Amino acid sequence: MQRISEEILSKCRALLEDGTADRVMGWENGEFYYDVTPAVFTKDNLDNMIYDDFCASNQSKYFILESKKEGKIVALLKPCDTYSFNQLLKENRINRDNVYVLGIPCDGKIDVQKAALLGIKGITGVKSVGDEVVFETIYGEKSCAKKDVLFEKCMSCKGKKHMIYDALSNEEQEPETAIANEDFGNRFAYIENLEHMTPDERFDFWRGELSRCIRCNACRNVCPACSCLTCVFDNPKSGVDSKANTDDFEENLFHIIRAFHVAGRCTDCGECTRVCPQNIPLHLLNRKFIKDINELYGEYQAGADIELGMPLTSYTKQDAEPSIVYERGGNK
Amino acid sequence: MQKIGVFVCWCGSNIAGTVDVERVAQAVANEPGVVISTDYQYMCSEAGQLKIRQAIKEYGLTGIVVCSCSPRMHEATFRKTAQAAGLNPYMVEIANIREQCSWIHKDKDEGTEKAIILAKAAIAKLHLNTPLKAGESAVTKRALVIGGGIAGIQTALDIADAGYEVDIVEKSPTIGGKMAQLDKTFPTLDCAACILTPKMVDASAHEKINLFTYSEVEGVSGFVGNFKVKIRKKARHVKADLCTGCGVCTEKCPSRKAPNEFNQGLNKRGAIYIPFAQAIPNVPVIDTEYCVKMKTGKCGLCATVCPSKAIDFEQQDEIVEREYGAIVAATGYKLINLDNFEEFGYAQNKDVITSLELERLMNAAGPTKGTLLRPSDNEHPHEIVFIQCVGSRDVSGCGKPYCSKICCMYTAKHAMMIRDKYPDTKVHVFYIDVRTPGKNFDEFYRRAVEEYGVDYIKGMVGKVVEKDGKLLVQGSDLIANEQIKIEADLVVLATAIEPDPSVKNLATMLTASIDTNNFLTEAHAKLRPVESPTAGVFLSGVCQGPKDVPETVAQASAAAAKVIGLLAKDKLTCNPCVANSNELLCNGCSQCANVCPYGAIEYINKEVNDHGKREVRRIALVNEAVCQGCGACTVTCPSGAMDLKGFTTRQIMAEVDAICK
Repeated sequence: MQRISEEILSKCRALLEDGTADRVMGWENGEFYYDVTPAVFTKDNLDNMIYDDFCASNQSKYFILESKKEGKIVALLKPCDTYSFNQLLKENRINRDNVYVLGIPCDGKIDVQKAALLGIKGITGVKSVGDEVVFETIYGEKSCAKKDVLFEKCMSCKGKKHMIYDALSNEEQEPETAIANEDFGNRFAYIENLEHMTPDERFDFWRGELSRCIRCNACRNVCPACSCLTCVFDNPKSGVDSKANTDDFEENLFHIIRAFHVAGRCTDCGECTRVCPQNIPLHLLNRKFIKDINELYGEYQAGADIELGMPLTSYTKQDAEPSIVYERGGNK
Repeated sequence: MQKIGVFVCWCGSNIAGTVDVERVAQAVANEPGVVISTDYQYMCSEAGQLKIRQAIKEYGLTGIVVCSCSPRMHEATFRKTAQAAGLNPYMVEIANIREQCSWIHKDKDEGTEKAIILAKAAIAKLHLNTPLKAGESAVTKRALVIGGGIAGIQTALDIADAGYEVDIVEKSPTIGGKMAQLDKTFPTLDCAACILTPKMVDASAHEKINLFTYSEVEGVSGFVGNFKVKIRKKARHVKADLCTGCGVCTEKCPSRKAPNEFNQGLNKRGAIYIPFAQAIPNVPVIDTEYCVKMKTGKCGLCATVCPSKAIDFEQQDEIVEREYGAIVAATGYKLINLDNFEEFGYAQNKDVITSLELERLMNAAGPTKGTLLRPSDNEHPHEIVFIQCVGSRDVSGCGKPYCSKICCMYTAKHAMMIRDKYPDTKVHVFYIDVRTPGKNFDEFYRRAVEEYGVDYIKGMVGKVVEKDGKLLVQGSDLIANEQIKIEADLVVLATAIEPDPSVKNLATMLTASIDTNNFLTEAHAKLRPVESPTAGVFLSGVCQGPKDVPETVAQASAAAAKVIGLLAKDKLTCNPCVANSNELLCNGCSQCANVCPYGAIEYINKEVNDHGKREVRRIALVNEAVCQGCGACTVTCPSGAMDLKGFTTRQIMAEVDAICK
């Protein structure tokens, strides 16, 4: 089965051949079919590049280092990745001159764990057909509704418009506006459930979820907003690095602190939850912040632009006063 | 390891009454690093300071903790003490056991316990203190006065007389402010114009004073001694350098629809106008909202008749940037909106007027040329009711909770002047209390009652309604304990005053604080009444609180004295507790620069050596002279690269740990 569209491959090849770019950042085969891996390609190995419904990772963060290198790199960005890319541009983290952004289409990415729960295993190929997804497996062809196997982050897709690009692999598909689908609007439904809990219930919920954390740091390492040269948790001077935690509650605070650090900058790309080996719904922490920011400072989508100020770091006279904490009460 | 001395102050009984000071001293005596812990009755006294100096020398202390009042009160004192004994002044920590313990606790055990905890926190912080050295910054020898009323004029004149340059920025077309609208001034009854206009002339003629009328402050950056201010000079559409002030244009203007602000809207003015005869500068302004030429393109009569070709319909606003060492806010007041006081029928009845409108009706330059005629039919009123405290001392939420302070005196003035000029007129005054403290003030009020027979009624008015061409005033007489009705020809409301609304925006620009009533806050209500808590910003006149003319002038001169004291210095000592960025941790993300209210952070490309790896990085650089040490950047920095000297994250965390132990 062809694992990449001819459009993307030929555009990349042309960019490398006419000297526009020197490298391409994409995906290559992993150990298993669904186990794709981010990789950098040159003219010589471009044929190994793949892009299909398993290529879910948000690659924006790689361009912090890639853009510092000599020459230009082609960034294959899905619509949702462009938000993270923009946010990093806004924070002066990416050298724009060294990146050629090729916007690539996306119809939602497949969570192999969800497929496994539906009994779909031994996957050797995948193809989307309308709302259905057809898997080739070692046990024969199997199909299911695509929405049943989408990643959590794709369940609240921001839409199919690229917020930044130099070229698009398929210009005809590009919508005029970043119309988010219905699910994007409903992404706060679960947050509201959490808000309706009593503080004790909510505390128990998070203690339960976070108790599974093994501090593998995958969430931090994948997060495009968590891109400090030296993370406070790795900084001997911060007073919190390599500290023997007095109890598991202190361990839980890692995630709370991380949520505070990315507040106002998190684009809700959902990578934290996608990569968590313990299935902790980490995106809920960030989404709570996003919901609060929307309510207190007006609707804001991090990474939708490069120019505008960010709500938590720009002051306006309409900003909420600190007393809002009391007015809203503990359950909001 | 630091060698720390702890000094617990009794503050007489202020602290010792609620905090067991001896127990505090004993409790921290064995904390790590503490080599001496003692208490004394008044640590800030000469004897107390001597104790500290001796201990520093005797024990070779490297830092001291003083458990006493708020650092705002005596931190500077104890820093000087430490310095005198050879210690770096920033090796001093204050544990506030007065405001935060004795003054708010009743239970001595609780107060003592908290004092011990705060002392331990200060000790924990002190362990991480490092000696700091203060830098210096230059002073721009020019002051800005915002507001050209009597307060601003007086402040500017005093500063200019001391030899420093002053700019006055006034948003209306002329200086003079509210005082120019007044008829007579209490308690001596001199005519306001006679005493004000010479001062206006002095200000405009003074070689050190520069007037920006019809201008507004648009942005303020910088800090004490080095402010940069953007001033918008609004387009007058008249070239000030060509205009001779002949006034032909104002006479010929065919538009007569604009309400005359100077006369409180009691009559109309042309679209091109000079606010009043003695206006400074004597240059007209075109009101674009009413100008026929500006609206329809037809007319332009003023330009035709102007003998000096000064009219310029194309003129644009101009932005001027100026540098100042000090800024004085003198933005004054306005009357409150009376929409919440429907019972007095101000909006319905032309003959219910505010006291400021009455000033104009009694003024020779006013709409009635000084003859008291009521607005509805231009007849002489024969019975007048004054209602005091309209919107003042109002806790219902409709008005203002404070006393506007000037109304008792001006109402007595109005009543007396009317009785003097029109003895056939009956004058009643409804009051809650008559408040007339001040030199010759109570005598003035008593003259109104005793010599001029003004009828003072203790009580409030419930309702004013129109009845057969008269105003039926229904009120209560609390002394006679009866309801009374008066059929009046004119009702005058002693309307509460509030800070000019522009002050809110200005306070934001100056980072000066305002109170719940939008009055600018002083640095200390008693000891620093004309300084704002923001260094280099001073307060003059009603923007700080209600006051009459004599008090305003006194405060204006006081503010000027403070400004002169500042401008007289060649260098200012900077606060060494400023932010600094760790170049190895900085991501270059610019978030700190976004939140910095002082514009103290810039970004540079610099080659750094990160553990042997050399590379050029975009990193934050703090201008230490501009940084005010607010710490906004330190909490914004995601990587913890920003820290505040004297208040490092580790110091704060050490305090928190000590408190939570």
